[in-house]
Amino acid sequence: MSRKGRVGYIPPLDPKIKKSVGPPSSYIPRELRREDDGGGDALNLPELSELQVLRHYNRLSQMNFSVELGMYPLGSCTMKYNPKVSEMIASSDGMRHAHPLQPEETVQGLLSVLHELGEMLSEITGMHRFSLSTAAGAQGEFAGVLMIRKYLRDHGLSEKDEILVPDSAHGTNPASAAMGGFKVVKVPSGESGLVSAKVVKELASESTAGMMFTVPNTLGLFEGEVVEVSKAVHDAGGLMYYDGANMNALLGKTRPGDMGFDIVHLNLHKTFATPHGGGGPGAGPVGVTERLAEYLPVPVVSKGKSGYYLDYDLKQTVGRLKGFVGNSAVLLRAYAYIRLLGADGLASVSSLAVLAANYLWSLLDSEAYPVTHGKGMRRKHETVVSVRSGLPGGAMQSAKALLDYGVHAPTVYFPLIVSEALMIEPTESEPVEFLDEYASALNRISRELKEGRLGNVPRNTSVGRVDEVKASHPSTLKVRW
Amino acid sequence: MMKKNEPLTGSHPLLPNLDQEIIDEMLLKIGAGSVEELFSDIPSDIRLKRGLRLPEGQSESVVRRDLQSRLASNKTPPNSLCFLGGGVWPHYIPAAVESVVSRQEFYTSYTPYQPEISQGMLQALFEYQSLMCDLLGMEACNSSMYDWASAAGEAARMASKVTGRRRFLLCGDIGPTRLEVIRAYVSPMDLELESLPFDVRSGATDFSALSSRITSDVAGVYVENPNYFGVLEEGLLDLSARLHEKGGLLVVGVDPLSLSIVKPPGKYGADIVVGEGQPLGIPMNYGGPHLGIFAVKDLRLARSMPGRLIGMTSEKDSEQKAFSMVLQTREQHIRREGATSNICTNQSLMAVAASCYLAMLGKTGLRRLGEVIISNSHYAAKRLSRVDGVASPLFKGPFFKEFAVGYEGTRAVSVYRKLASKGVLGGYPIDRGFRLGREAGLFCVTEVHTHADIERLAVALGEAVMR
Repeated sequence: MSRKGRVGYIPPLDPKIKKSVGPPSSYIPRELRREDDGGGDALNLPELSELQVLRHYNRLSQMNFSVELGMYPLGSCTMKYNPKVSEMIASSDGMRHAHPLQPEETVQGLLSVLHELGEMLSEITGMHRFSLSTAAGAQGEFAGVLMIRKYLRDHGLSEKDEILVPDSAHGTNPASAAMGGFKVVKVPSGESGLVSAKVVKELASESTAGMMFTVPNTLGLFEGEVVEVSKAVHDAGGLMYYDGANMNALLGKTRPGDMGFDIVHLNLHKTFATPHGGGGPGAGPVGVTERLAEYLPVPVVSKGKSGYYLDYDLKQTVGRLKGFVGNSAVLLRAYAYIRLLGADGLASVSSLAVLAANYLWSLLDSEAYPVTHGKGMRRKHETVVSVRSGLPGGAMQSAKALLDYGVHAPTVYFPLIVSEALMIEPTESEPVEFLDEYASALNRISRELKEGRLGNVPRNTSVGRVDEVKASHPSTLKVRW
Repeated sequence: MMKKNEPLTGSHPLLPNLDQEIIDEMLLKIGAGSVEELFSDIPSDIRLKRGLRLPEGQSESVVRRDLQSRLASNKTPPNSLCFLGGGVWPHYIPAAVESVVSRQEFYTSYTPYQPEISQGMLQALFEYQSLMCDLLGMEACNSSMYDWASAAGEAARMASKVTGRRRFLLCGDIGPTRLEVIRAYVSPMDLELESLPFDVRSGATDFSALSSRITSDVAGVYVENPNYFGVLEEGLLDLSARLHEKGGLLVVGVDPLSLSIVKPPGKYGADIVVGEGQPLGIPMNYGGPHLGIFAVKDLRLARSMPGRLIGMTSEKDSEQKAFSMVLQTREQHIRREGATSNICTNQSLMAVAASCYLAMLGKTGLRRLGEVIISNSHYAAKRLSRVDGVASPLFKGPFFKEFAVGYEGTRAVSVYRKLASKGVLGGYPIDRGFRLGREAGLFCVTEVHTHADIERLAVALGEAVMR
């Protein structure tokens, strides 16, 4: 399809400039030039017309499932609807064409939005101040771990080198702690699936730098002893880090600051409805209590006498983690979302998200999809069930079978403490009728699975079951064309 | 008076189940008496008794109007001219690229955990990896990092881990924000960062002084090409030979568009390439979202890479080609504290934009773009040299699209602000930490700039430097 000389876009050269400059290659020393003589240097990009390119990508888009096509209850990912109006706003020239190094006085409109967003997130979480600079939840975690490290060192406590992480935690928690130079101490969840303050007290020691804690946890259960857990870690001289991945359950209900946390990150692409982009971008702002305010990553957006500005003057800052400001266009969308809902609306988001998760669970065949932890407890934003088919790979089979119903599968095989796990997070966006359909699809699949009638699933997708084992060789990472 | 914490009543477009009848039915099925009961597991002493102190929710028309009017007050193109660079650059985004990334099938999906219904995103990311490898001259490219700076930070960490060494050298002419991010990323490691001198005449790294510092305890060297001053580095082939002799890794940071006409780093011995993919069809967006590039030359290094990788495979029961995530055992969701990085959410949509951009321009368009950019930037540098009181370009080294301009007797920060007040954004002050011995600003000229734009810049600069 590629044909020599074909282009989808060709940039113009101003004729007045062309007249007064030399040949382009004359500006580059010979040994630095990328020659176009068919040798080893030559670019080998495809040569296509605009329509050819569009057809290709439009076809690919038709081979991709998305929130606007159907229910996407990927647990821990909060795949809620992303309001269109946020996309329209983010496409403004004043957003798209704003350069991060332009003088602050020329970008006051956007800075005012970012400043307000920081204050709103502080109010929502009960923190003192936010830095919006971190690009994703995991980067927020890294910032948090660096703050713990620096704070302890500044207080002569550098021998504290352990971070407690529950066994139900997201993988990013232990990975972030390790990146920050800490040893990870695993906190076992009890049979209830909850972390007990007693266990934390036993594990906490003079080596404890802090604890990373997800509330509600990845089983969708509220950690009822969170206040006592915080106290135990604080008593040992450690700091409490709140993984905000599951904040969609708690807006306006309770706040990490009130639970005893010192540091919080929020995933704006989850709770605050910015699109997930097929894997990103996100934004993972990080907030802290007053005693850690000077440790935040820079810049933070401050308000001074002559307007809003990017504040680098934080005395104990852990430094800069992203090249420029932050994922501003994502932050703008999150701000728009908060404005669309307001205080009462956000509280209703959590009410209805929790209602949806418990409702969907109540519709599932409890013998086919039992819960392994926290029996009899209410769920928060998500429910984790175990697939009891009597067959190995039941969760994978169920997930693949669901794809044929025009919906996305739940998260599978996570959290690790549940065998054959399906982690279902429907969110408040999903009309009740779709929750009914989803549950009935799952119930039907379990009957077919048990009776051996499921067969090779999925059948209706653009490709059949993909061989992921065969893919795991580095030689398949690119193609020649 | 304190606002009470009360549920929303009435209808809301984002809350389809906000209807007492629906809520009651759902509660009945659950066996709960009220929504409040679902939250009874939260200890009452930490329940928020008051309402959040936030504005009331508003209709989308109100929110849209307010935000569009606040954003319209920003001075940006098309109402101002932008000649700023430094790691984010003004470039034209073809309409077709915008159209592709605004397809909801791409932007409202997530990480392709279920490959059978995510082939579109998987294939687009696989094509991104392939196209980038061709552009960079590398063998494996991941499907995105947050941005250039964080990719550089991860590269420094990786070089140290792979070699088991504790010294890492940085060229003195790299971007100051990248330097800060690298420092923060390696701060928890036992890794010593050392800065290499550059030549204030050429604006390029002084590699002659370097040889003696490359010893067998050096994990790697990080060089940017073009560097922060826009100057192309010469002597990298010798550097990589010396470095490889001693077992260190060469890490190169690039502006991918420069590779339209400049030799790719894979051809002069780069082991790891990082860079900023923003010029490939991504808006400047006041700092993000952008696209961190991360690629390696040796496939054995792929197993130590951070980030997500997409590979080509087939259906289980046939030879039908298919795509899926690969080498996931490097990643945090499997390896936890043993992972190569903690990265999870990345910048996939931006990688789709970049791959679409490269496909749109193709071999012919990209080369032409490089030629237009270098013509415009050199024309501009020459035109500014006719302005009284400025030295343009300040450095003697070859450059691609950015160049420094020196001022006589005027502070760079004042020129930068005066230019902005005339609707010309440019001349970002070069930090005094670089010890140039004079005041200077950085300008970026690309294909978006016309002869008339450059004339306007020259006139504005003339006025701004006048005392």
